[in-house]
Amino acid sequence: MPREKVAAVLQETSFYGAVAFFFVLAAFPFYWMLITSFKENSDLYNVTNIPFWFNDPPTLEHFRYLFEKTLFTTWLLNSLIIGLCVTAITLVTALPAAYSLARMTGRNGEALGIGIFLTYLVPPTLLFLPLSRVIAELGLQNSMWSLVLVYPTFTIPFCTWLLMGFFKAMPPEIEEAAIVDGCSLFGAFIKMAIPLSVPGILTVVIFTFTLTLQEFVYALTFVSASDQKPITLGVATDLIRGDVFYWGEIMAGALIASIPVAIAYNLFLDRFISGITGGAVK
Amino acid sequence: MVAIAESVPKPHTRFRFILDRRDVLGSLLVAPAILYVLLLVGVPFLMAVYYSVSAYTIYDPSWSFVGLANFEQIIADPVFRQTLYNTFIFTFGSQILGLILGKFGALVLLRPFPGRKLVRALIILPWAVPIALATVAWQWMFDSLYSVINWTLIALGIITRSEAPNWLGNQDLAMLSVIIVNAWRFFPFAIVIFLAGITSIPQDVLDAATVDGAGFWRRNYQIILPMILPITAIGLIFGIVFTFTDLSIVFLMTMGGPVGATSVLGFAGFQTGIVSGDVSHGAAISLFMLPVLLVVVVGMLRFIRRREI
Repeated sequence: MPREKVAAVLQETSFYGAVAFFFVLAAFPFYWMLITSFKENSDLYNVTNIPFWFNDPPTLEHFRYLFEKTLFTTWLLNSLIIGLCVTAITLVTALPAAYSLARMTGRNGEALGIGIFLTYLVPPTLLFLPLSRVIAELGLQNSMWSLVLVYPTFTIPFCTWLLMGFFKAMPPEIEEAAIVDGCSLFGAFIKMAIPLSVPGILTVVIFTFTLTLQEFVYALTFVSASDQKPITLGVATDLIRGDVFYWGEIMAGALIASIPVAIAYNLFLDRFISGITGGAVK
Repeated sequence: MVAIAESVPKPHTRFRFILDRRDVLGSLLVAPAILYVLLLVGVPFLMAVYYSVSAYTIYDPSWSFVGLANFEQIIADPVFRQTLYNTFIFTFGSQILGLILGKFGALVLLRPFPGRKLVRALIILPWAVPIALATVAWQWMFDSLYSVINWTLIALGIITRSEAPNWLGNQDLAMLSVIIVNAWRFFPFAIVIFLAGITSIPQDVLDAATVDGAGFWRRNYQIILPMILPITAIGLIFGIVFTFTDLSIVFLMTMGGPVGATSVLGFAGFQTGIVSGDVSHGAAISLFMLPVLLVVVVGMLRFIRRREI
């Protein structure tokens, strides 16, 4: 074989080797979740079995236990309620703020926008001590409503920033035309800007929801009653009895909670990136 | 004309007049968001600063001022110095590993190949899925008895069962484990950031360099890398901030152990301030994150300003 051909084959092999490496690295823990959640316990806890596939027939036992014997459905419902409420609060505050910062407040608006975004970087682990006192004063300790109150502190900055970029990309002539036609400034925002920004609003809804699902620190700090936990916290901390981990159930719960977030991210990834990089790439 | 103007009720006119003033309406629209953030981020932040110089605990909620005594006490504590050191190791170890994986992953995904879309979608997963859930999966993979990693190493004949490592039970391996999980969580983000940067480079710049005789590595390090530096910087800022202040990975995988080997600032602040109820010392521990955050924020502001010019 000529030397160039050998080199080309080698290059192809190493390229697909690299693809395989990244594929396995990213996907294996999820494959591990999947196969664990469908395995019999006798199969799971036997070191002589080959762990990568089923040695006993697959079972739905772990899912059945999860839905019938644990608070899993309550956690699902809690997460749904928290997500919906936080999304509503975020939209009502971030939408007008983003519009105002993009259109009305001039150069100060830019600075204010950056200021709001920087609060997204203030970490929960710095704020959880004073916030737990605030929550105690409000009588919300150990309740999922504390999370509804606190989660907008990071969803509002993030979504304001995201929507700001969105409004800036929208030509202002549309609203100006509406104002010339007799619409008030506020009316132009309500009747023109909002309907035209539906794709941006949809992005915000999806991301607010996924951000609330991903959050762990505040939930861990403020909620310890089992029936008030959101799904992420419940699955990660509540399926352990003493020292015994219910691996099948934990992996089944983690799988169910992961799927919607994974799908949402893949659909809206580009918007997320342009959101956090502030349109640095275009 | 006059008749029409008079037919409009007066309060309504004034209301409309306010809503039509650009500056007034502008501040009205932005006010709820600013207020929310001020009340629930700004005020708590100041409270955290005050806690750290007070003697506040949940058993003795007095606000007496003690100056820098809390800071002096925690700095004198070797356990805390270990925690501070761990936090830096954890942050920089996982960021470097994540960036290397991200750069090579981006190079791989840049080239078209069959199934690229599927591979890309799967590679995003570690970053998209709630980290607490993924961490639990890793904890199961690092299990002392049923670790699939050890099983594979034994099956490949690299180690025997008796010398199989206890990943989360050995001080060095536990640190390595949490670094691996955090790097694994961030590398898809790094890939996406690198890809966004590379694809934004105009092709003619690269073509011109190729014509001038620049090879693969030279194009990579003298053209692509400097051009994607700004966006990489933003990605790194996010990575550093979220890693330096993280709590969930350590909390779920090692509980700071064994013997404090993986305790990081966020975790120590949680243990002291929330679990033990010593709020003032917990706040002082958490505040050690502030210098790093400030450096990062200043860097970010400078970068944003430069971009505008």
